[in-house]
Amino acid sequence: MVDREKTAGLMQAAAGEEIEGRSLWQDAWLRLKRNRAAMVSAMILGVITLLVIFAPFLSPYEYDGADWDNISIPPSIETGHIFGTDMVGRDLFVRTLYGGRVSLMVGVVATLVSLLIGITYGAIAGYLGGRVDNIMMRIVDILYAMPFMFFVILLMVLFGRNIVLIFVAIGAINWLDMARIVRGQTLSLKHKEFIEAAEACGVGTLTIIRRHIVPNLLGVVVVYVTLTIPQVILVESFLSFLGLGVQEPATSWGALVNEGAADMEVAPWSLIFPALFLATTLFCFNFIGDGLRDALDPKDR
Amino acid sequence: MKRWLILLAATLLVSPVTASAAPPAGVKLAAEQVLHRGNGSEPQSLDPHKSEGVPSSNIQRDLFEGLVSEAPDGELVPGAAESWEISEDGKTYLFHLRRNAVWSNGDPVTAHDFVFSWRRIVDPMTGSYYSQTLAPILNAEAIIQGKMPKERLGVEALDDYTLKVTLKGPTPYFLGLLTHSSTYPVNRQNVEQYGEKFARPGRLLSNGAFVLKEWRVQSHIVLERNPRYWDDANTTLDKVIYYPIEDQSTELKRYRAGELDTTEAFPLTQLGWLRKNIPDEVRIAPYLGTYYYGFNLTRPPFKDNRKLRQALTMVVDREILTGKVLRAGEIPAYGWVPPGVLHYEAVEYEWKKLSKEERLAEARRLYQEAGYSRENPLTVEIRYNTNENHKKIAVAIGVMWKRALGVRVRLVNEEWKVFLENRKQKRLTQVFRAGWIADYNDAYSFAELLHSRHGINDSGYDNPEYDALLEASAHEPDLKKREELLRRAERIMINDYPILPIYFYVSKHVVKPWVGGWVDNIMDHHYSKHLYILEH
Amino acid sequence: MLAYAFRRFLGAWPTLLLIITLAFFLIRVAPGGPFDTDKMLPPEVQANLDKKYHLDEPLWMQYGRYLWDVAHGDFGPSFQYKDYSVTELIGAGFPVSLRLGLSAIALALVVGVTFGTLAALRQNSRLDYTVMALSMTGISIPNFVMAPLMLLVFAVYLHWLPAGGWNDGALPNMILPVIALALPQIAYISRLTRGSMIEVLRSNYIRTARAKGLPERVVLMRHALKPGLLPVVSYLGPATAGIITGSVVIEQIFGIPGIGRYFVQGALNRDYTLVMGVVIFYGVLIIVFNFIVDLVYGLLDPRVRY
Repeated sequence: MVDREKTAGLMQAAAGEEIEGRSLWQDAWLRLKRNRAAMVSAMILGVITLLVIFAPFLSPYEYDGADWDNISIPPSIETGHIFGTDMVGRDLFVRTLYGGRVSLMVGVVATLVSLLIGITYGAIAGYLGGRVDNIMMRIVDILYAMPFMFFVILLMVLFGRNIVLIFVAIGAINWLDMARIVRGQTLSLKHKEFIEAAEACGVGTLTIIRRHIVPNLLGVVVVYVTLTIPQVILVESFLSFLGLGVQEPATSWGALVNEGAADMEVAPWSLIFPALFLATTLFCFNFIGDGLRDALDPKDR
Repeated sequence: MKRWLILLAATLLVSPVTASAAPPAGVKLAAEQVLHRGNGSEPQSLDPHKSEGVPSSNIQRDLFEGLVSEAPDGELVPGAAESWEISEDGKTYLFHLRRNAVWSNGDPVTAHDFVFSWRRIVDPMTGSYYSQTLAPILNAEAIIQGKMPKERLGVEALDDYTLKVTLKGPTPYFLGLLTHSSTYPVNRQNVEQYGEKFARPGRLLSNGAFVLKEWRVQSHIVLERNPRYWDDANTTLDKVIYYPIEDQSTELKRYRAGELDTTEAFPLTQLGWLRKNIPDEVRIAPYLGTYYYGFNLTRPPFKDNRKLRQALTMVVDREILTGKVLRAGEIPAYGWVPPGVLHYEAVEYEWKKLSKEERLAEARRLYQEAGYSRENPLTVEIRYNTNENHKKIAVAIGVMWKRALGVRVRLVNEEWKVFLENRKQKRLTQVFRAGWIADYNDAYSFAELLHSRHGINDSGYDNPEYDALLEASAHEPDLKKREELLRRAERIMINDYPILPIYFYVSKHVVKPWVGGWVDNIMDHHYSKHLYILEH
Repeated sequence: MLAYAFRRFLGAWPTLLLIITLAFFLIRVAPGGPFDTDKMLPPEVQANLDKKYHLDEPLWMQYGRYLWDVAHGDFGPSFQYKDYSVTELIGAGFPVSLRLGLSAIALALVVGVTFGTLAALRQNSRLDYTVMALSMTGISIPNFVMAPLMLLVFAVYLHWLPAGGWNDGALPNMILPVIALALPQIAYISRLTRGSMIEVLRSNYIRTARAKGLPERVVLMRHALKPGLLPVVSYLGPATAGIITGSVVIEQIFGIPGIGRYFVQGALNRDYTLVMGVVIFYGVLIIVFNFIVDLVYGLLDPRVRY
């Protein structure tokens, strides 16, 4: 009984009504609004984003200016360095927020890049299966087998460093995981009834992938994105650590945390503030992702 | 007929131990004489002729012994050679080898071993990084260049225990060179039997106070006391374990956890903590090296623009860098050769005596004259290899240039090999970081770096007058006159501003209070045979 | 099944060849060479070194020579560590990396799957939030912060555990690095498990199973866990290989003699042979792990056909 109803509904969906698609997202939005953790996270993330964009203008200090008389001092109101200063006497409040701009930008853009490539690639491979799948996955295998750091080091070395290249390098490497996961999901999805139904109705391959496979992957994808953004932000810091990331005097949270970690005992403030921002942001992305996942789950309708 | 000059006093020969550091009487030794030494990175090789870098040398100093050795304070003392004579023109050396010195298998160490070893070093087929160490020896350079067979090297075994060395010119630092690990002897049979892989536990024959017992790559290297060493009676340690720990804060943590007795270095940022909590364990000492920036003289904006180079050099506040940024007792550098170099009085910029304000005014004037101004500022790149400390210095200098002259500075950090390549090619570089640690205690070790034909003259400095003075100094047997020549050369060079000296290095270690016999010295050489563990 | 395995085996060879080729030419394009140093190396010595290691030959000839040697099991001498061959270095480092890596992945699997399942069962409860927040710290705090922090507390302040070194894999030496290496993986695995378990638990056959009155434990263990672990299994292939070889940070901070550091060090030193050796080794490892993952995937999901 239930099954037949569901099949009927799916047949309808398979026929591809625009209105049905939109109401899915409207539903999701309503559900998301009820998720307190996600909404609070979204607000915090909003505040952080605003701070990162505007607050550096409010501080009297420059992100690249040194204060020789206040080198590595703890946070204090009197000196005006409310987050303290680093080992060259630069204001950490300004640097933390400035670093946030870079980190957020890298995280979001690189993830988008990897998402776009990964989903398309994985879904096509998984859905088409057979020889195409085999070849496509073999390519992924090959790329996987290249040691990642080696790859990035060479990229940076060959093409010189700039921030766009960092996006592309990280994005281009992260899509491999995405492609694998999406392909795995697609493999099991494509034997589901509603896909078979759509095929029976003569819907084209690309349309099936776009309309039925991809939306059904969103749950996994969203979970994956919440894992990828922090990952990308961390990869960026590892790159900075190797000297291939953001160029001084520019900075990022990862780079600041990296510096702070070395001095955690002598100058805890240089670790705590950037780490706090970094961790909070990652937590928020996570909770929002969770909320989205629950909200988007089509089986809950 | 040559007249020989006996250089070494007989007293030294009778009791060479006086300078060595057997534990003084009355000291209570620990029952277990094992030393755990942090040693930076994994040694490239334990073959003294093929390795490069401080970690290998540290271990080789324990395993092998050259003709000349060092006392704990760095003073030269007889090593495998018991005594030596130097001809009056300073060009011929006669080394008398110890008759009781043996390899770790009991075979005697002979003059033939040194002849074999030194030919091996200069043999281009060996591919030694340090073949240049022996360059003062007659024909060495021609052999290195493959223009002469290695048999023509100016070393000769007059008998089993007498080695005659002929130099191409008087070289006052020659004995000092012989403490360098690349001049240590290897055993011919040993090398021929095992080929490339003879420097391994169970195979390696050595003539030093310790023998190689175990080698776990990236983990540890164990040396054990060599009971056959001629001076074994004055060795106290039974075992030395070297740990390759590249990450300085990791090394320090292992030290603090009690797993290491000494470290190779420590992170600069920890200095405050160390001074507050374990001040007696911090060992900072002047070190024979200069940290500097080079200007690329072959391209604009620095090509033929001495005024610009001088302006940039003058506004770098070295007191702030050493006193506030580094804070480890580094010495501000206003010249090229560090203080404390033997037979040499350091040369400094004349404007050093000016006040900060006067320097600034002068620098601004020069900057203007060079064609720049606040409205039309210089845009320049500082290139450095990836490293926390280099970054700090670059950031600070960037700020100084910007504040004083309005220069727009871009920092470029590069991975080591790329950086070296760019520096060498002189195409992309404008201002680049560099450092020079001398291999031997002599001003020439610094001076030669700016010779127009020197392999790592990365500034591209080319002044015939400078070159001529250096060449003259190489043939000057009189120490005083030689110093004058070298000082004149340095004065000319620094006033051409091909480089911007920043500070003179210090060596930095932490050493547990129970490690006895550790004496700070300018070469930063600490032989394990001088060390001992106190009861604790 | 056997035929499938054989096909994969055959398919692995071109993959490997491509990996070797790409890596070989990529690293040669990078500026700088293995013997560059800031000391002065006379050009004649440099030339001799190049000759000795055949670096003076045209690239294609070196490539051919390399392939030939590798086919005969010879990975060449390390350019950086002159007393050792690449085979010796990898042979010494790999058992260490393997042991460390497998321990970490085992720990991560047990904790991660438990966390994920617990959270899924009590979705949106306080337990869910607590467990997920806890696991999230694993990825929110970078390794290079967590590892030194743990060292500081447990080794330097409390003196409970050693501050580094491998000591032939003694348990006290393993504890901190294994935890540090497992933490991010725990986070990933628990998140993946939670996500897919929630989906599975809502599916019809679980509802049916529950409706049949099967005890919750049986429903969970027999019906839900298998499909719920699919994404985790997908993730394990690359994760396992990555954890074994890619733990550069951990190996560096804890002073562990594994092969992870040879990646970065080898590339930075332009130790061509070492990099190539590790790349090939890594490639083989990935191929093997991916194959195992695909097999396990098939066992867990009968609908996947080979």
